[in-house]
This record gives sequence, C-alpha cells and structure tokens, in this order.
Amino acid sequence: MIEFQNVSFSYEHPHKVIRDLSFSIKDGECVGLIGANGAGKSTVMKLLLGLVRGEGKILVDGLEMRKENLALIRRKLGFVLQNSDNQMFMPTVYEDMIFAPLNYMVGREEAEKRVDAVLGRLGLGHLKHRHNHKLSGGEKRMAAIATILAMEPEAILMDEPTSALDPYNRRIVINIIRELAETRIITSHDLDMILDTCTRVILLSDGRVAADGPASEILRDKELLEKNHMELPLSLSRRE
Amino acid sequence: MDKTRNALNEFGMMDEFAAGDSPIHRLNATAKLLCTVSYILVVMSFGKYSLSALSVMILWPVLLFQLSGIPMGACFYKLRMILPLVMAVGLFNPFFDRGIMLTLWGIGISGGVVSMLTLMLKGILCLMASFLLAATTPFDSICASLSKLHVPGTLVTLFLLTYRYIGVLGRELAIMSDAYHLRAPGQKGIHVSAWGSFLGQLLLRSMDRAQELYSSMLLRGYHKHFHYAPTRPFRWKDFFFLFSGISFFLLFRMVDVASILGSLFVSVR
Repeated sequence: MIEFQNVSFSYEHPHKVIRDLSFSIKDGECVGLIGANGAGKSTVMKLLLGLVRGEGKILVDGLEMRKENLALIRRKLGFVLQNSDNQMFMPTVYEDMIFAPLNYMVGREEAEKRVDAVLGRLGLGHLKHRHNHKLSGGEKRMAAIATILAMEPEAILMDEPTSALDPYNRRIVINIIRELAETRIITSHDLDMILDTCTRVILLSDGRVAADGPASEILRDKELLEKNHMELPLSLSRRE
Repeated sequence: MDKTRNALNEFGMMDEFAAGDSPIHRLNATAKLLCTVSYILVVMSFGKYSLSALSVMILWPVLLFQLSGIPMGACFYKLRMILPLVMAVGLFNPFFDRGIMLTLWGIGISGGVVSMLTLMLKGILCLMASFLLAATTPFDSICASLSKLHVPGTLVTLFLLTYRYIGVLGRELAIMSDAYHLRAPGQKGIHVSAWGSFLGQLLLRSMDRAQELYSSMLLRGYHKHFHYAPTRPFRWKDFFFLFSGISFFLLFRMVDVASILGSLFVSVR
C-alpha cells in the first residue's frame, strides 16, 4: 500500500536527512519506525503526508505523491500528532471529530453516526461534548486518536503516541493501537510499546534503513540497537 | 505567571458561557447578531449631548443579562482592561468645550463634560452588547451567521482562526512566562532587557504551533472552507426578538423617553 522508492530529502542543501530510502508497507501491517533523534523518522512521516517534498517516488495505494493526488492521498492517511494540543483545534471533542468527515463531504447525519461509532468503539462516549482545553493529557491523546478514526482512513500514522502518558493511559493507548485493523505506522522511542504493538520494525539511521524485519528479532538485537544509539526494550533487558 | 493562566481561563470561560441554556442562548445566532449590530449603530448615532436620551438604552442589555442568566459583574470584570480605554476617549472634551450647558444644584456643567459622559456611556453600552452576543452565542455560530449574511468567506475564516490563535498564543505565553519566572524568582513581570527576545521567541513559537495546527487541519481535508455546526433555525420567536429589539432601539432613538419621564416627574412635583 505504501512504497518509498529511492527517496531523498534535505531541509538545507546539501545536508540530506533522508538518503535514498526505499521500503514498502503492505495493507494491515503494523510497522514501528524507530531510530535515534535526528535519524529521520518525523521527516519520513512528513514526506508520506506530503507536508514536505523530496526526490524519488512515494506511492500510496498506487497513487504517486504529486500535487494533484495530494487530497486523495491525505484522505487515505490519518495522522496522530505527538502533541495532541496541536491536533485538537475545535472547541469540543465532538466538533473536532466531525471536522474531517464534513470536509470529505460525508453528510452530517452520517458523520454523526461515525463519531458515535468511534466513541463507542474506544469507550470514550463520556468525552463527546467535553471542551478540549479541559481534557487531561491521556483523554486528549485518546480523543486525538478518535478524531483520526472518524476519518475512516486506510492507514494511521502515529508520532510518539505514548509520550507523556502515565502507565495506565499508556496501556489504554497500546490496547487501542493493538485493536485497530487499519495499516499502522508508529514512530516512537518507546520500544516496549513498539514491541507490544508492531509486527515489523524499520530502524532508521542517518536517513537510511539500517534494519528492516520482524519486531521480535530487531528489538532483541542488542548490538544492532546500541550501534544505532538505542537500547533494548526495558521488558527484554530485565530478562537478560 | 498566574496572570496569563487566569487570562486563558477567562478566555475559555466565554465558551462555557456561550454553551449555556437560556431563552437568549436558544435564539437564532443571526437574529442576535443583527440585533446587536442594530443596537450598536443606534447607540453610536446619538448626538454628543444626548446623554439623557442615551441612558435609556441601558435597559436592553440589562434585560438580556436578566434573561440569559449571565452575571453583569462578569461582563465588567472581563472588560476591565478595555473599559479604561473607552473611558479615556472623551477625556479632553471638558478642556475644549467649556460652555455651561446645564446647572445641577448650583454647579455649572459644561458641554464638554456632557459629551465626555455621552462618549463613555456609548462605549460601555457597545461593549456590553458585544459581550452579551459573545457570551450567549458560540463563536462558530457567529461565524456561521456572518457566512449566511454573505460576509466574504476569507474574512469569516480569518475571524475564526484569529479567535483560535489567541488561545495558542496565550498558552505559549503561559509556558514561556513560567519558564522565565522559575529562573527569575521574586522578579515582578519580565525585565525590560528580555522583552525583545521574549517577544521574538513568543512569536516564533506561536507561529510554529499555528503552522502545526494548520497542517493538522490540511491533513483532515480542510480546504479554505469551514463546515459550521448547523445553527438553530430562524423561527417566529427569533423574528419577534429581532423586531421588538429594533423597534425598541428606534423608539428610544426618536423619542427622548428620559426627558419625558423627567418632565412628568418635575410637573407632578
């Protein structure tokens, strides 16, 4: 469904933050995009969403990343931002959730049904008419995921979905991610969460793919992780 | 550092007021908007010496405060920063217009004092009317009404996004202010030497956040057009509200009710 073919990108010429990057992600896969700070994880997300343009070819569901395809591509992808405050810009959770379906010309009645269905699925019905600025960090994160699910995207991209959450809320978010059927791409430094949710991991280093394979193998490779300025997930390092 | 957070909470309180339920809250937003605009126009049209005629116009906001359940004190508390500016508008009139216009208990009152008081009252009445509209109508509904009234879409979106940006700017200001005061204990306010960099950083940070918000909107299909929540339909009670409001304003604009009542009182005595 998602394909990167020899993609390169630089914010400031000539220093490239993404170098000749190639990988593909199939429908329904849950992929963890990991790497040290500055490895290029966020830039990969931005490239995939068309927020920045690079060299090479990016395909989403067969559509090439071009200006004329941008609206169609973005309709297929839902992006959960790291900072939920930057995502929730409407006064209430309900208004935020209905924002995308209305923009995509879903009728108001159908959009409201979607909102109720998503809130019911995530057990967040009590948040529906709450003011965004009054939600706790955990509630905001779950509401942010709900706003994206209301879009009914084919793939969900998440940037650090468990950052700044307490263990209880982190566990709830992990369970939500595990239960999603859509294609999921998650960037995070929380390797335990990646191990819990993803079947595959792409390890980025200096804008290149340093490793790509099953999460259970890559996240157990201490040498590989340390070489790329990372550590074994806590749950695995305790067993050693 | 609490001042910024308090200001943010007060800003959020307006949304909570607007989410209330009262006969005024339940009125159609367009009716309220048109009524408010008419009220402000009529208030502004009073002559500079028409203090007594203008004073009767206060009945309308007082009535709306009663019907909406919004405390009048909240209005003056929230507008405390703007009110001195409004009061200052006609401050120099007494110096330029010194002709004695009336005498009260043997004290001569100049035309300048009367015009100053008239200007102040006009400002206060207009602020009260605007506050009432904002406190009884969600901002999105006001924007939806502006769209219905064929105000250019770009302008309406600008209003809406500016309203949202105030919150973003306020939150960034609160974070920066906290960070500053934690490293400058006991210092009142922000030192003059830090103003430049503080303001520059605030602008850059709030622009970054605004950019991220905008990206989030684009990624959810936004394309220069907001889909506002459906407003309450325009029913007979909205028509009655608008009609009676405008009739009230015009009546009190054309007939100096205060003077008539005053002369009755004087003649009885």
